[in-house]
Amino acid sequence: MTAPENTRDQAAADGQGPHGSEPLQPTPSHTVGPFYGYALPFPGGGDVAPANAADTVTVHGYVRDGSGAPVPDALIELWQADADGGLAGAPGSMRRDPVDGGHLGRNGVDFTGFARVPTDADGHWTARTVKPGARPGHPPYISVCVFARGLLHHLFTRVYFPEDTRAHTDDPLLASLDAERRETLLATAEGATGSYRFDIRLQGEKETVFLDFHR
Amino acid sequence: MPLTQRDIDREVAELREAYEASRAAGAPAVHHPARDYAPYRSSALRHPHRPLVPVEPDPETVELHGPVFGPTDVTDIDHDLTRQHTGEPLGERITVSGRLLDRAGRPVRGQLIELWQANASGRYAHLRDQHPAPLDPNFTGVGRTLTGDDGSYSFTTVKPGAYPWRNHENAWRPAHIHFSLFGTAFTQRLVTQMYFPGDPLFAHDPILQSVTDERARQALVAAYDHELSRSEWSLGYRWDIVLDGPSATWIEEGRP
Ligand SMILES: [Fe+2]
Repeated sequence: MTAPENTRDQAAADGQGPHGSEPLQPTPSHTVGPFYGYALPFPGGGDVAPANAADTVTVHGYVRDGSGAPVPDALIELWQADADGGLAGAPGSMRRDPVDGGHLGRNGVDFTGFARVPTDADGHWTARTVKPGARPGHPPYISVCVFARGLLHHLFTRVYFPEDTRAHTDDPLLASLDAERRETLLATAEGATGSYRFDIRLQGEKETVFLDFHR
Repeated sequence: MPLTQRDIDREVAELREAYEASRAAGAPAVHHPARDYAPYRSSALRHPHRPLVPVEPDPETVELHGPVFGPTDVTDIDHDLTRQHTGEPLGERITVSGRLLDRAGRPVRGQLIELWQANASGRYAHLRDQHPAPLDPNFTGVGRTLTGDDGSYSFTTVKPGAYPWRNHENAWRPAHIHFSLFGTAFTQRLVTQMYFPGDPLFAHDPILQSVTDERARQALVAAYDHELSRSEWSLGYRWDIVLDGPSATWIEEGRP
């Protein structure tokens, strides 16, 4: 066993951090690769809205690479507040059947706040959810984590909603961006009520704004 | 001209030397791979050109919280990949155990760990994997578990085989297991791969070598632990995982 491992074990045995010393080095990220498809996606992964939810919204879009080609092997995860802005979440996103080990789908009542959707052959993904409530100092937004073959370290971005124009002026992130870049974080309202388009461009023209929380 | 292993090895060495020179000049350690890593050819069109935009998290930031999972999300045998079919899979039976921690060394409790892997012959149970190695009707290669109160986890499986891929001519991935991990905050989300000690393919693999920091690379390699081997049953490997990223606790208590 190497020295770093020992340090890590000692810190954990104490049940607390190594006070006064360096934080543990994080385990490095790697690409999700091409073959996650039989392991990570689950039935109903994009159906976050409980069955009885009054106002469901559909958020969907394409993932494209630096040449504009669709990315058919990306995995999109969403995490968001409930309609009242609560972030407690709930277990049961990938509820299982203890009889045959299959998937039961969500229980139709609890709001887990979590979606996981692989892109299809067109590079397209869809989630059916409820619009998140605002948090103090923040307009409503859905947090997005993007994984893909070829992407060595996942990327975070956010879906903001176009109708919250006034609240957007107070949002520290949106306020820090010029108009062209800010636009990449705003979903587009579509004809159908409650339908929003949000494309993710990994590179190049209209490249999506990706976020760093590690400062 | 087809791209050879020698071409890739040279690019890997150049990038590693550049990193080591930056360290010698006082630059901080870089733990994660650069998204723009030319030796891994698929990264070319799939990394942003623009720098990431820093977000100063406050306690109301959605990403400082994260999804939760519970006993309904796993079945009792999900952590044992050798028991998911009527027969036993072929291969070397192993256990992989360790702990899930944050950077302050605190255990991450009750969170979901998912893993997936090739079978002992190096083939995934995925339609698009056409490597001409046999599928195993008794092995799917998918596992899940929830971490214990001390952040511990344990999986029983078989050791995956190395497999070829098309990054360059005669490219082979070292044996590895893919892991997906959740912390208490969405910022701590991690997908990575665990390797087995002493694999001769390490030096030739642009994915492992994308982690240019030697110590960080070592953190992806499990340790063989004889204490974890079970007599006449399985070989034991130990691998602890440390999640990066701020969490609500991190904001409340200050940086670790
Ligand atoms: Fe793999």
